[in-house]
Amino acid sequence: MSKNNAYWSANVSLMIKLLVVWFAVSFGCGILLVDVLNNIQIGGYKLGFWFAQQGAIYTFVVLIFIYAKKMAALDIEYGVDE
Amino acid sequence: MELQTLTYIVVGITFVLYLGIAFWARAGSTKEFYVAGGGIHPVLNGMATGADWMSAASFIGMAGLIAFYGYGGSVFLMGWTGGYVLLALLLAPYLRKFGKFTVPEFIGDRFYSKTARIVAVICLIVASVTYVIGQMKGIGVAFSRFLQVPYEIGLLVGMTIVFFYSVMGGMKGITYTQIAQYVVLIFAYTIPAVFISLNLTGNPIPQLGLGSTLIGSETFLLDRLDQIVTELGWAEYSTQTRLSTTNMIAYTLSLMIGTAGLPHVIIRFFTVPKVKDARTSAGWALVFIAILYTTAPAVAAMARLNLINTMQPVGQENLAYEERPDWFKNWETTGLLKFEDKNGDGRIQYEADKTKNELVKVDRDIMVLANPEIAKLPNWVIALVAAGGLAAALSTAAGLLLAIASAISHDLLKGVLRPDITEKQELRASRIAMAGAIVFAGYLGFNPPDFAAGTVALAFGLAASSIFPALMMGIFSKKMNREGAIAGMIAGLSVTLFYVFQHKGIMFIASTSFLGDLPNNWFLGIEPNAFGAVGASVNFAVALVVYRMYGEAPKEVQDMVEHIRIPAGASQASDH
Repeated sequence: MSKNNAYWSANVSLMIKLLVVWFAVSFGCGILLVDVLNNIQIGGYKLGFWFAQQGAIYTFVVLIFIYAKKMAALDIEYGVDE
Repeated sequence: MELQTLTYIVVGITFVLYLGIAFWARAGSTKEFYVAGGGIHPVLNGMATGADWMSAASFIGMAGLIAFYGYGGSVFLMGWTGGYVLLALLLAPYLRKFGKFTVPEFIGDRFYSKTARIVAVICLIVASVTYVIGQMKGIGVAFSRFLQVPYEIGLLVGMTIVFFYSVMGGMKGITYTQIAQYVVLIFAYTIPAVFISLNLTGNPIPQLGLGSTLIGSETFLLDRLDQIVTELGWAEYSTQTRLSTTNMIAYTLSLMIGTAGLPHVIIRFFTVPKVKDARTSAGWALVFIAILYTTAPAVAAMARLNLINTMQPVGQENLAYEERPDWFKNWETTGLLKFEDKNGDGRIQYEADKTKNELVKVDRDIMVLANPEIAKLPNWVIALVAAGGLAAALSTAAGLLLAIASAISHDLLKGVLRPDITEKQELRASRIAMAGAIVFAGYLGFNPPDFAAGTVALAFGLAASSIFPALMMGIFSKKMNREGAIAGMIAGLSVTLFYVFQHKGIMFIASTSFLGDLPNNWFLGIEPNAFGAVGASVNFAVALVVYRMYGEAPKEVQDMVEHIRIPAGASQASDH
């Protein structure tokens, strides 16, 4: 059972790291820090506005695939894959 | 060819396609009816989930809202996509491992209680029916607008079509139909956006066009838009907030956890072959959703710019009312666009100042549909947009109806009331429940108590405050007991319903609201549509307090939780 517990804590720690990013790009860059980031301009986009309407969404997609990939590796590492 | 004829042809072809697919893939067994036989590839499942997820609210409503909310509209963009991260990380793999059909079934087994299962059924039905009424209304409006029939007939036509392919096909039929619907709706959304972006900025990719300079000018599109809206007295497009920072956070969070708590989305992850696929499936779903969601802000900003430019062209006099374009006349007849010549000069003044503004009504919901016409795109593009809007509304309605039907036949009837019924009887009960739900939602659609956007946000708030916390605690807290979970669900659902009803009226009948829909009465300045986040917090808090009053969950339940946390040993999605 201890191997399963190790697998679970590896899973939870990966999850927390990714959720920190999830929070940072949306609630952080997109809402709380929007005024500060808006001082930076990328092309025609103010950076804070870009995060809120574009960047956060792209990051979400990447986060899920990172999770899927790393978890597939963890499944094999701990011998719990199907 | 004339627009009307073209619309008939395009919408007709897509419908023949959907019904054909539903017939070809019709369900043969209970299992196929609920979970499509567990054999859908993750990419295809992602596409179907995308269509299931993106309703009339995403397709028709959202860009119109953003066009007028500007930066404040970001709550919809982040909220309706960020929930997939929660789904993929916190719920989908474990629910797939659990390997049963429905959300209440998980809650009932995990919290070892029929009461918990029944409470979950109630939460599910309240959230889904609220959502489906909005879709029925959308279907009715879309049909009546494009087939040019009265609203009631449009709604009846829509109900009939939904009835046929959801009742006949079950999950398997719905899944394949939704893949086709996704393709139709994504083309219908992006093609006009590509044309408009090309016309305005010379860049064919709308996501880049939004950050580009305008053709024949050094000025960025967003800067130009900020400049003209502020000159006309509105708030600056790229910085206007939705009420307050607190409200924006609550709104975004509410939509995110609502996404992860809506049963018709969760049910999707029961249909993939493996636990691994549940994770990637959520990723693919978000890829397909993101295509629309990153295009929407471009559609929004460009529609706003084109609308203002049409009314008051730069360096020229304002548009004369007599010379108004056809689309303007068409929408005037629907009553969703209204002009009033306040200064009597026969020209259209469009500005923020209410005493001078002569475009007295511009319904936000017409923006996406009118957008290609405003931009003078060819008729076939306009016809395609009609087909796309219908695809979005129909696919979501079908998914929701299936979730409702399975909750009634599988959880309530087979699970609690009549465990001895055969598979065949269960399947029949489920079809009857679905037909009943269509009639009920359609009936409320005939007499819509002023629903629209508020309904959809409310459905999310209800799912967020009731189902999501129970699922999360069920997976992440081994010791959480049935008393805690049940009390949490009831508290979360009640507090959210109570808050919404006290500000919006009981069952949305405005005259029965006892506190009034006034911002100064709002808790922490949070609007009712965003209250699901607070409801969810109440759910967690109540569950934790009640949990302490009773003992921890029994050993075998804790073992079951251990078991669903690891992928190994998952069976095919199966019935007991």
